[in-house]
Amino acid sequence: MSERFVHRFDAFDRTLHGLLMISFLGLAATGLPLVFSDEAWAPRLVNLFGTFEVAGWLHRVCATLLILVFAIHLGRLLRRFTRGDRSFLWGPSSMVPQPRDVTDLVGHLKWFVGRGPRPAFDRYTYWEKFDYWAVFWGMGIIGASGLLLWFPMYFSQFVPGWVFNVALLIHGEEALLAVGFIFTMHFFNGHLRPEKFPMDRVIFTGRVSEEELREERPTEYARLVANGTLDGVLTDPPEPWLLRLGTVVGTTAVTIGQLLVGLILYAVLT
Amino acid sequence: MARRLCLIVVALGWFVSMVMASSPGSAPRPSAPSLPGAATTSANDDCLMCHADSEAQAEDGRSIAVDGPRFSESIHGFLDMACTACHTDLEGAELPHDAKLARVDCSTCHPDAVAAYDQSIHAAARREETASVAATCVDCHTSHYVRPAADPDSPTYPLNLPATCSRCHADPAVIAKGHIAAGNVGAQFLDSIHGRAISRSGLLVSANCTSCHGAHDIRRKSDPDSRVFRANVPSVCASCHEGIQAQFMRGAHGQALADGSGRGPVCTDCHSAHQIQRIDGGSWRLDTINECGTCHADKIRTYRDTFHGQITSLGFVRVAKCSDCHGAHEVHPKSDARSMVSPERVLETCRTCHEGASAGFAEYDPHADQDDLERNPELYYASRFMHWLLMGVFGFFGVHALLWLPRSAAERRRRARGTQPPPPTSEARDE
Repeated sequence: MSERFVHRFDAFDRTLHGLLMISFLGLAATGLPLVFSDEAWAPRLVNLFGTFEVAGWLHRVCATLLILVFAIHLGRLLRRFTRGDRSFLWGPSSMVPQPRDVTDLVGHLKWFVGRGPRPAFDRYTYWEKFDYWAVFWGMGIIGASGLLLWFPMYFSQFVPGWVFNVALLIHGEEALLAVGFIFTMHFFNGHLRPEKFPMDRVIFTGRVSEEELREERPTEYARLVANGTLDGVLTDPPEPWLLRLGTVVGTTAVTIGQLLVGLILYAVLT
Repeated sequence: MARRLCLIVVALGWFVSMVMASSPGSAPRPSAPSLPGAATTSANDDCLMCHADSEAQAEDGRSIAVDGPRFSESIHGFLDMACTACHTDLEGAELPHDAKLARVDCSTCHPDAVAAYDQSIHAAARREETASVAATCVDCHTSHYVRPAADPDSPTYPLNLPATCSRCHADPAVIAKGHIAAGNVGAQFLDSIHGRAISRSGLLVSANCTSCHGAHDIRRKSDPDSRVFRANVPSVCASCHEGIQAQFMRGAHGQALADGSGRGPVCTDCHSAHQIQRIDGGSWRLDTINECGTCHADKIRTYRDTFHGQITSLGFVRVAKCSDCHGAHEVHPKSDARSMVSPERVLETCRTCHEGASAGFAEYDPHADQDDLERNPELYYASRFMHWLLMGVFGFFGVHALLWLPRSAAERRRRARGTQPPPPTSEARDE
């Protein structure tokens, strides 16, 4: 019997995630040299792009792309809201933290130390929600401070000078948090931990095997079975080309990410 | 009366002829004045009978050859001086004379130059160590073929002088033997703006070695009478760069130098002495930032926290460097209205790059210190918050990942075996 697959992410969200990856990697590679400008590797990284003007231009191109991705995501949520769909605000399909996330977290920690069973996770786990909100919060903070720094002439008409000092600081620090978190914790949680190693290609294919869903998200699986909607989300296995694309893109992204993390660790530890 | 008139006419005629003789270009080569020791040509010919042989050697193998025609072209030859005017011990000597000659004493004719030389580091080195290789008169001027410094064939001609000094000061053996702390200044100078002005542009007006160090009385830079003694440097540079000295002395650095505290920088601290570069040279402009930072350590630290400091640190010069905001030679404290960063002028200064900047724009603190609660309270709290946020997130998820890792590995092995998850524990069954 061939393996059955369940549809998890639609093409729209996968595309948005892909654009998010590209812009995020671009922003990280062009921005980190500034944060670590006193490191020997920083000028070399900038020189890969040409000059700081080119790196700065690429940074702004990527920033614009990321802002667009964010705006499109918010626009989609808004459209769902206006169409009467409230499922993204609360419940298993929502990214909003809920009491269940606290109990899942506690249960997961207990399982780590052998003091309990593995929690029966639902559609979105607490660490996935943290990833989501980390990016969401980061987008607001880094995006807003970045725009301030991009257009200081304009904004200085309305805000006092110290705002720019604070913007410069938090743009760098928050970026360090985002880059560090995505390239270590998100990669570990999503791809590099032994169960997923070397990577989980669900974000590229949109499909998760029924078996994996039952193992990892038993609550969601049970609900799909119980309310008879499983058949509605069953889908074909991912096309080989899509799997290969996922492998290539995922490997590239993880590699670049690990390289940048290596540079950061080198800078911080030496 | 007629006698007096006659005298006036003669004096006037003398004066006119002098003026005519001295008018540039038209003056015929003046005839040599008569000096004590002026030679009859035949007297020198006696010497040249032996010494004109270009292979003539003393017993110890030293060349004792003298190029007669070349001597004739020298200033001493031009003055028709006899060999014995310098080699006084050979006056009236029987030929062939003794191999051992007395040391020629240039001070007989050049008392001032030799007196100055006696004050010099070269003379001091010779007094301190008999085997010293420090330069004497002949090392720079040659012995038999001395020419005036204005003669393009003279080793002391401005365009030749660097090469002349470099015979010792670019020679590693001499540098080592003489314990010359400045090292290979010959090579350094050749690459400097002054050296290139000489070697590439042929500029007589460019500074060469003696412009700064003097010629005969070159002294140690630790000697307060030295032209290159720290406090004297600005006035030496001002012998050419006069306008800059005026600016410099008005500014805080010049004032610090003038008040004798010795705290202020001098020209060479930023520009270096022998390796002075064009100010539009990228690497020099970036290096100078660090030079400012040697005294203003807290300022360079906060500068490096800003976009300006980060970009220059990456090796690009297009953004503001110290001197772009503070000025270069005339730096005033912020409290001084003349300062480029005084409240009165700071906006104008920002606008040199940020055209159309508003007053609010100039409120940005380009030296904000995230650890200074007094100066930058908002930044201080923002940095504490970010600090704890980063520590918290990485701390929590770091531990989370470390705890998860072995369990996840166990899960992978279990799935590979295809076994079912272990039966729920009794606790779990209770839930």
